[in-house]
Amino acid sequence: MHSISTMHSKQTKKLSLLWLQGMSCNGNAHSFLNYTHLEKLLDSFTVLYHPILASQYTLEEVLELQLSCDVLIVEGSYNSTMYRGGVLFDTFLKHYAKNAQTIIAAGSCATYGGIFYEKDPKNSSGMIFTKEQEGGVLSNYKEKIINLPGCPIHPQWLGYVLEMVAAKKTIALDNQYRPQELFSTLAHHGCTRNEYFEWKVDADDFGKKEGCLFYNQGCRAPMTHASCNKILWNEVSSKTRIGTPCFGCTEADFPRQNLFSTKTNMSIPQDVPLGVSKRAYLSIVGIAKTFHIERLEGKLIDYKKTN
Amino acid sequence: MAKITKEKRKDGIIEASLKLFSQNGFYTTTIPDIAQKVGMSVGNFYNYFKSKDILAKELLIYISEYLGREIRAINEMDISTQEKIQKIVTMYFDVAQEKPEMIEYFLRVYLSNREVFNEGCEGVVCVSAFVTEMMLFFDDGVASGELRDQDFFSAFGLFMGYLGGMVFLHGEKILPISLEEYTDSIALNIYNALKTN
Repeated sequence: MHSISTMHSKQTKKLSLLWLQGMSCNGNAHSFLNYTHLEKLLDSFTVLYHPILASQYTLEEVLELQLSCDVLIVEGSYNSTMYRGGVLFDTFLKHYAKNAQTIIAAGSCATYGGIFYEKDPKNSSGMIFTKEQEGGVLSNYKEKIINLPGCPIHPQWLGYVLEMVAAKKTIALDNQYRPQELFSTLAHHGCTRNEYFEWKVDADDFGKKEGCLFYNQGCRAPMTHASCNKILWNEVSSKTRIGTPCFGCTEADFPRQNLFSTKTNMSIPQDVPLGVSKRAYLSIVGIAKTFHIERLEGKLIDYKKTN
Repeated sequence: MAKITKEKRKDGIIEASLKLFSQNGFYTTTIPDIAQKVGMSVGNFYNYFKSKDILAKELLIYISEYLGREIRAINEMDISTQEKIQKIVTMYFDVAQEKPEMIEYFLRVYLSNREVFNEGCEGVVCVSAFVTEMMLFFDDGVASGELRDQDFFSAFGLFMGYLGGMVFLHGEKILPISLEEYTDSIALNIYNALKTN
């Protein structure tokens, strides 16, 4: 377990925040705009540069490498051959990482390499990790890095971390430098389909309100560290709640193949819930499947209590 | 000490009743028959099992856990799936010959008197230990690339139905040669039927 202290020297001044992009789809920059308390949060920061938000400097000015920042947010995977604005990404990333007091790897690409690593594994990595292996480009700065995987990043998670940084609080991290407060739970926790998981009732299609998505639809929630069903997206819902499987996007093995189907061996799920032995899991499954719970087999809205 | 004695007495009832049920049938066998066989009073028998139906279900769990432990030991061996099949077939036929009441009970009592097991042994509830180990066996076989991915029950029925059928023929004294002489050919047939194409 790690922790990161976000004490800054210029305690009376607003913290300067710089958002840089490596190989990125911009998804994290956009997702951050959905943070409910964004306006209030930005009272605590001076935005030197963000690709979408009003910023103090242009990208060209940032790339002149004459500035420094308190908080550096990096979105996208590292690629050693990539240029932005005519400057090698490696050059401007290291320039700003060196003097930043806190570095946030925003999203799965910045954390583990993500989908851009799959395209160019030779030249790509995350900031500290390459998939699950440590040894990314900013490994020397790991004492000040916070990883926030997700595809895209959950706006509330980034909001939480920035609020903590602004409040000069210590953030407890797990062994992959992810905030424990956000990543000690599984995406499964809080899923509204948990009763269907318990009784092994499958959702036979996408978008349905009833049924569990673990058995056929590829849901990775029982083995994915995330808090999507605890801290809801846009404070409203989550993928699994609306009937789309969790893709496990916060884990180092993301993206995997065949995201919409569960890998099975003779009808038996290849992967079982985190920390549960397959023997224990299959024992429970066999017994649970024996019983038919009528209420869970049809549409909930049609179920009539008869006794 | 008293607790150990009671456990041993309970095991004695299980072993004796298994033999009586499998030899004479479930309905023909009475509680006085079982009590007499283990040398206890009928009244004392009820201190161990509240009814014949409850005993019948306990016996099923007992057999399932016994076979489950045997298959688990094979599952945990660092050997190929083909070798595991050979060992499971060998183990099953050994049990059929050395403890015939175990398999006989399953075939002649459990499968023939479903009304006894309808409540309390629904589905796989009482045979979970055995079925779980077979699931793990198939899962490992597919994961290692040795077995073809298919529906679990298609494979399970092929494997266990085949073995059960052979033990039944053996019990009816129809087979011209001993069960163990069939082990290699049956293990090979099962492997050929389940292996990756």
